[in-house]
Amino acid sequence: MVRFVQRFILSKKNHITLISAILIVFGFISGLGFQNETVAIWFLAIASMLGIAPIAIQAYQALKIRVVSIDVLVTVAVIGAFLLQNFEESAIVTFLFLFGAFLEQRTLNKTRSAIKELTEMAPESALKQMENGVFEEVLVDEVDVGDILLVKTGAKVPVDGTVLSGEGHINEASITGESVPVGKKKDSGVYAGTILENGTLQIVADRVGEDTTFGRIIELVEEAQDSKSEAERFIDRFSKYYTPAVLGLAIITWLFSRDVELAITLLVLGCPGALVIGVPVSNVAGIGNGARHGVLLKGSEVIGDFSRVDTIVFDKTGTLTIGNPEVADKEFYTDNVGGVLAYLASVEKESDHPLANAIVEHIGDTTLCRVERTDVVKGAGIVAYIEGHRVAVGNVTLMERENVHLAEKARADIARFEKNGNSLVLISVDGELKALMGIRDQIRPGVKEDLQKLKKLGVKNLVVLSGDNQGTVDLVAGELGLTEAHGHMLPGDKSKYIEKLKTKGHIVAFVGDGVNDSPSLALAQIGIAMGSGTDVAIETSDVVLMNSDFSRLPHALGLTKATAANMHQNIVIAVGVVLILLASVFLSEWMNMSIAMLVHEASILAVILNGMRLLRYQL
Amino acid sequence: MKKATIQLETLACPSCVQKIEKATKSLAGVDKDSVKVLFNSSKVKFDFDTEKISIGDVEKAITALGYVVLKSQVKDK
Repeated sequence: MVRFVQRFILSKKNHITLISAILIVFGFISGLGFQNETVAIWFLAIASMLGIAPIAIQAYQALKIRVVSIDVLVTVAVIGAFLLQNFEESAIVTFLFLFGAFLEQRTLNKTRSAIKELTEMAPESALKQMENGVFEEVLVDEVDVGDILLVKTGAKVPVDGTVLSGEGHINEASITGESVPVGKKKDSGVYAGTILENGTLQIVADRVGEDTTFGRIIELVEEAQDSKSEAERFIDRFSKYYTPAVLGLAIITWLFSRDVELAITLLVLGCPGALVIGVPVSNVAGIGNGARHGVLLKGSEVIGDFSRVDTIVFDKTGTLTIGNPEVADKEFYTDNVGGVLAYLASVEKESDHPLANAIVEHIGDTTLCRVERTDVVKGAGIVAYIEGHRVAVGNVTLMERENVHLAEKARADIARFEKNGNSLVLISVDGELKALMGIRDQIRPGVKEDLQKLKKLGVKNLVVLSGDNQGTVDLVAGELGLTEAHGHMLPGDKSKYIEKLKTKGHIVAFVGDGVNDSPSLALAQIGIAMGSGTDVAIETSDVVLMNSDFSRLPHALGLTKATAANMHQNIVIAVGVVLILLASVFLSEWMNMSIAMLVHEASILAVILNGMRLLRYQL
Repeated sequence: MKKATIQLETLACPSCVQKIEKATKSLAGVDKDSVKVLFNSSKVKFDFDTEKISIGDVEKAITALGYVVLKSQVKDK
């Protein structure tokens, strides 16, 4: 029964706030307007008692588990004012505290709205195949791995799964941020939270609920928003002792001065609201803005480090370039071009190296020969036997190993191809050079402008590291205006290089595509993955640029800088207000309990509103 | 050990986090180190021993503090 009453009172907090406001107005009308003090006192006393009820219940619940919360301070202060028969103050303080909490709740919900939008995109129901073969609508919680589901046009895909039958186009904007529909057919993978724009699909559930990519993104954002930076942990510890300390200070003040008013005023203005809420609000709003703009920031620690970054290291392929190399130049040293191409295509078909794929694609349809034996020479290429001929496909190193003579013309071609930023593939048959191919990757559109923006935001060093030859890397660096470029780098060399930068005192961010670059991603203070919703990218990095969208990078950096600045502003507001209030309670005449509460609530709203500005941040 | 997520209606202030965290951690059968109260999404996450405590007991302890449980989910760890 007691519990029921408690819960009832708490659930009607907003009504209570409104009623006590009306009572206070009536109190002032009868007191000032009709000069009827007795009636006025009754109105104000009832308003106080009504208003303090929910606050006192919360205070009691906190004390029960030995937490001295803000509610305790306010309850003690109001009871004190009541005993002093200062009903005007007790009524106004309770009302302001309740009204402040109401406004705080409203505005806080706004800063949380970004994550709410995200969770609302999660599917709620699914059409599941029952034992009798009929599809029935069930809650998404009731779907298990292995279930067969039906997705109709316009519906959300309920789980991560594989297409069993049917065809259609899916809008994957919720995962990748890319709103161009992607075609799906048998054996294609589909993601929970994406929308089937046309067609009908039957899918098998591979991952359900929180395990889906979408579920994990939500979980990451949720946890990131709640993650605490060193500063916040300090404030947390601080406020744990701060509130009891304020209570103690008030008691001591009362013991020495015997001034109950003063002691009570101290209680009210000592509420640490703005300090406790200021930093997390900036954090939540910043991460929320990121989530909306395709940037996953994993926590406030990341925000702090990223905002101070002075060196950004890029992987080349797949990051600065599209990662889809194409044959750009070629030279033949034989009349039998068709024959060489047939050999080349046959050998390269055996490999899944990106350069090999580019060659196979370039050659297109041709008669394939039977490849008798292939040996992969690590870091150099492939040696194979076709129709009794020894065919070598690879770089200059391989040609040297094969004792292939490079004539004057061939050497000149090689130099020219390299200068143009090509990766080289040479083909020899029985020790004679037959062809040279130059393969080039396209620079991502817009990257140059994005790098300029990064420089404007204060990043001093922009470095590219690549396994490619130095010529190619230099060309890319020159074209993009990077400060340093290093080629011939194996994954191990890259992480060593980052280590070196760190020992020099640089704050380093590494941008990679998240699969082969994981050591560097982990080593840099900030690992930034160009992720297309893939597991590895989401999990191993500190920042994920959804859909591998490079243009999100300047936004991410600008956002973390704005967020860090916002946190500092909020700390200044919060500490400043408490200091001014404290000074004026001892030094001024005008300070009283109601004014203290008003300023206190105003400062809470000020830090929340300041934090909310981040939701609209745009670079 | 099972993994639980309790979705609460709304957490109004940071001191709610402190209250719920303390109350949940004090329950026998709940793994203290696993208790996480997410303020912004109003969720309580923790691991617990099904032989010592039920999810209902944890919900009761939280509702006793005046919070409303919207739904809870238990998963194998």
